[in-house]
Amino acid sequence: MVKTIKPLLKSVRQYKKPSVITPFFMALEALCECLIPFFMAQMINQDALAQEGAMAHILTYGGILILLACFSIMSGVLAGQFAATASCGFASNLRHDLFYKVQKFSFANVDEFSTSSLVTRLTTDVTNVQQSYQMCLRIAIRVPLQFIFAIIMSFTINASLAWIFIVIMPLLALCLIAIMRVVMPFFKRIFKKYDALNNSVQENVGGIRVVKSFVREQYETQKFDKAASEVRNDFTKAEKILALNNPIMTFFINVAAVLISYLGATAIIQSGTLSGDFTPTELSALITYGIQVLSCCMMFSMVFVMITMSFESARRISEVLTKQSDIVSPENGVTEVKDGSIRFENVSFKYSEKAGKYALSDIDLTINAGETVGILGSTGSSKTTLIQLIPRLYDATEGNVYVGGVNVKDYHLDTLRKDVSIVLQKNVLFSGTIKENLRWGNENATDEELVRVCQLAQADEFINAFPDGYDTYIEQGGTNVSGGQKQRLCIARALLRKPKVLILDDSTSAVDTKTDALIRHAFTQEIPDTTKIIIAQRIASVEHADKIIVLDGGKILACGNHDELLQTSEIYKEIYDAQTKSRAVETEGGEA
Amino acid sequence: MSEEKGYQQKPRPMRPMRGRGMPVPKGAIKKGTLGRLLKTVFKYYKWQMLFIFLCIIINAMGSLVSSVFVQSLIDDVIEPGVAQGFDAVAGTLLSIVLTMSGIYLTVIIAGFFWHRIMATVTQGMLYHLRKDMFTKMQTLPIKYFDTHAHGDIMSTYTNDTDACRQLIGQSLPTLFSSSITLLASVGFMLWNSLWLFAVVLLCTVAMTLVVKIIGGNSAKFMVAQQTSLARAEGFVEEMMKGQKVVKVFTHEERAKEDFDKLNTQLYQDSQRAHKFGNILGPILSNIGNFTYVLLAIIGGLLYTLGAKNIGISSIFFGIETLSIGTIVAFLGMSRNFTQIVNQMSQQVSMIAMGLAGASRAFTLMDQESETDEGYVTLVHAVRNEDGTLSETEHRTGLWAWKHYHKADNTTTYTELKGDIVLENVDFGYVPEKQVLSGVSLYAKPGQQIAFVGATGAGKTTITNLINRFYDIADGKIRYDGININKIKKSDLRRSLGIVLQDTNLFTGTVMENIRYGRLDATDEECIAAAKLANADDFIRRLPDGYDTLLTNNGSNLSQGQRQLLSIARAEVADTPVMILDEATSSIDTRTEALVQDGMDKLMHGRTVFVIAHRLSTVRNSDAIMVLDHGKIIERGTHEQLLEQKGTYYQLYTGAFELE
Repeated sequence: MVKTIKPLLKSVRQYKKPSVITPFFMALEALCECLIPFFMAQMINQDALAQEGAMAHILTYGGILILLACFSIMSGVLAGQFAATASCGFASNLRHDLFYKVQKFSFANVDEFSTSSLVTRLTTDVTNVQQSYQMCLRIAIRVPLQFIFAIIMSFTINASLAWIFIVIMPLLALCLIAIMRVVMPFFKRIFKKYDALNNSVQENVGGIRVVKSFVREQYETQKFDKAASEVRNDFTKAEKILALNNPIMTFFINVAAVLISYLGATAIIQSGTLSGDFTPTELSALITYGIQVLSCCMMFSMVFVMITMSFESARRISEVLTKQSDIVSPENGVTEVKDGSIRFENVSFKYSEKAGKYALSDIDLTINAGETVGILGSTGSSKTTLIQLIPRLYDATEGNVYVGGVNVKDYHLDTLRKDVSIVLQKNVLFSGTIKENLRWGNENATDEELVRVCQLAQADEFINAFPDGYDTYIEQGGTNVSGGQKQRLCIARALLRKPKVLILDDSTSAVDTKTDALIRHAFTQEIPDTTKIIIAQRIASVEHADKIIVLDGGKILACGNHDELLQTSEIYKEIYDAQTKSRAVETEGGEA
Repeated sequence: MSEEKGYQQKPRPMRPMRGRGMPVPKGAIKKGTLGRLLKTVFKYYKWQMLFIFLCIIINAMGSLVSSVFVQSLIDDVIEPGVAQGFDAVAGTLLSIVLTMSGIYLTVIIAGFFWHRIMATVTQGMLYHLRKDMFTKMQTLPIKYFDTHAHGDIMSTYTNDTDACRQLIGQSLPTLFSSSITLLASVGFMLWNSLWLFAVVLLCTVAMTLVVKIIGGNSAKFMVAQQTSLARAEGFVEEMMKGQKVVKVFTHEERAKEDFDKLNTQLYQDSQRAHKFGNILGPILSNIGNFTYVLLAIIGGLLYTLGAKNIGISSIFFGIETLSIGTIVAFLGMSRNFTQIVNQMSQQVSMIAMGLAGASRAFTLMDQESETDEGYVTLVHAVRNEDGTLSETEHRTGLWAWKHYHKADNTTTYTELKGDIVLENVDFGYVPEKQVLSGVSLYAKPGQQIAFVGATGAGKTTITNLINRFYDIADGKIRYDGININKIKKSDLRRSLGIVLQDTNLFTGTVMENIRYGRLDATDEECIAAAKLANADDFIRRLPDGYDTLLTNNGSNLSQGQRQLLSIARAEVADTPVMILDEATSSIDTRTEALVQDGMDKLMHGRTVFVIAHRLSTVRNSDAIMVLDHGKIIERGTHEQLLEQKGTYYQLYTGAFELE
């Protein structure tokens, strides 16, 4: 519990002051609220009113009450303001800290949490914690105070009757706790069922073409009906139990009221005077305080439930905040990459310690600066894994990776990643203009530079065909450009970094063969000193490389140029033969 | 004071919400939403609702009576008791206490039933609401799904429905109960003193003003907060999705800067929204306190001056001077009154949210369903000796279109062969922009027709028209000689298999996913289909084989494996016509060979429309349609088209992208 909350509380920072002031004013407000009924009772004391100078009596107490009310407004408003500042500020800091933390995360960390879960943590979870925090500041402090004040007042008025509350209170508390205990597991289950319901809708909406094609509307409705019924059944059960709260509460309040009325009335009558130690006015005040005492119990149980429910959110946030990034930039790291040479020395890698299987094993590999290297292999052969070790997106489990003769772990991360530019397989464009997207590669690039890299990536032509040219707005996720266009933009973006090593991870799969060839040609002509590593499915894309690596099951199966591999590698030949048929026609057509 | 009323509110369980904070009205609330919602509630739960209303009335009345209980105790027992001794009033005391206990008990029982039945009603209502929405949604045309963000549709089932929960289960009953108490206390005050009531009225006006100003501000900033929340969330979502790219480009600092800007804005807006929300309660409740004091002073003045009091009671009992008892009782009532007003004001925003949610739910329900005037149905058939067909109950593998001719009151059976003809078809998703113009083509049973062309050329559109996801603007489509407008949509679609580029799988076992193609398929048939689709191999290697549970659109499978499954699914459906949209995404050569082979087997013996991305598919097709800007610009076999040296030739030789 403490472990979960503590990392969160670090984010309160500059909002400590309002966080402390809020309960203070809340306490003042609670005090006023306790005193007001007391003075009200005094004011309408019929004895005093019946006597001479009743007006003076009213004015005196009226004055006190107005003062108290003003005081109460002031405290209430201030508390409200400070609570808003404290809770919103806390939430803002939490979001800030989470976002900054995620920016520090390594690829492995991002994989571990998954994108959608990170989004939920930064949004819904923070909102939940914010609400709980405000609740804590405002109510969790105020309710016990109100409770204590009310008890004190009750005992001041009549100690021999006030004990009734002390007896009833634990009974009420017991009932409330019992209800909560029964209900909580229900809610936990309901959350899961709710997820299933959401899932059912999501799948249906996403796959509506399949649903309609197979005429499965009724079947889907039945499935949904099941999910909806389950939510309904559990929720109804839980709410029915919660529905007991109100009657139980009323019951205890009323028992207290009846008891006090009966005993109080008897006591006053037996004392034989209306203006003795215990007056009828005090009797009604006592009942008011009784209601307050018992309401506090109820409030407290509610706050408790709310906080318990947001505890899960707190835990999920805490998990991110306390996560140490796997990969941190070394202090005084090397800030210059000498050249684009790469060396893998006995490298093995697995994605997590628990993973039984190595994704890469015993990789020894030397790539000279300026070489073009092709990597082939089937899905799951760890091609992507291999190249991700170069810019240190992951760290090798065993062995070392060197770039420009220096161990990648010794570089300042920014330096390494600036000079080893990678075009990811699952690449992303961001909402913004084409120019803005390209400038991710280099913020200070001139327009001329942008055009030049786009020409290299064979993107200039289609960009100019857009009505807005380089200022064309890219929608979120790059949905308004085709797959091939997106890939070329991503290549241009990477080129803008003027990297010493350029890695293309299957980055031209949606580009036609001719353009693909043009891009490769441009690379050899325009950036001869850059080491180019190309992962591809098509042999044509890597055929002319200086070196082709065939990976299988995380091991280097063969390494050499095209002609060598045709001779020595069975798999290479197999892939080549499979792809040759279509290529034959293609070449034919091209020459004709 | 806002929290003091809290004990009447049920704790609100946190929903697993998808990225939204709290439900807040977006857009206007449709007129008549409340009436419609209530009507729906009464439709399903008439008696329960009436009973609940009864319980609420009893509950409210009981609470009112009990608020004067202490006063009567003082007046009728204590005062005479002090004067006459305990024994004289013992009986009265007992009877008052017993009466009160009785009333309390009634109140408790009424409260018990109110809340308990309400739980059933509320959850039942949500269930019906969701189910009605979903059932309706299933009848909506594809156009609806193409033009509405899926996230928005989803939130109707979660955020909006939940807002309705608050409204039905909590806000409306509270409002009803408060109204009764409010009316009763107004009556009480009017009865006793018009002068004092005027004071209360004045203060109520002040409270209403405060609610309007502060509440208005709160609502304004609530909207602002929601907007900046949405913006911040949008940014977070985009950045998290592109987190790896951010890292690769060491763009972290810029991302932080941009985020900080949005986060600060969000802080400012939400701080304001919460501030106004927080201060409303204390201000209102203290206006109540001021009212109390003001009443006491004015009451006291009137009393000392011996002023004449006018109330409704004066009609019956004549005008008297204001008594202390009346003032005291009035004060108590005024306190009640202001508390109720405060309580009601707390419900206002809840009600607005609930109505906005209900309004969006109703908007979904009011969408126009897919129309279907088709009357030609698909039936199992057997061939008679004379070669004609007749209908049968059992699956025979032979299908026929049952066509009723109104003109001469006859029914004919036409064999389902898969002969499809498009004649001069025009179409546009919106009337202003024609996507297809003058498209004509035919496919004989068993032929394979390939569509080739750039993105946006209209390939997918043609397939959307054949299964009537969209209806053509002009021209004709005939299926086995029958105008497809005459065929019942569900039967038309049952005769068309489909494999889409993006594979959608459903939560369930592998077997269930294959069986999705035909619900009455046996396990053996599903496995046979999987074998044919080359999926059997990898399925058997899954941890639980065919019983492996797939979740999250089969995220535990590779893209290629998902495609194999969707081929198996189409195979099980065993339709004479197939629509295939080949995947462009890169799968490795080996899996691709499997998928290719599976597709080829699926195509065998069927009429196939294929949106082709693979050269081998194109080459093997009986006819290739090259589309450009919604027109067929070239058609013919592979060889013929290469001969022409036109667009196809250029596409094929790689001068253009084949997408």
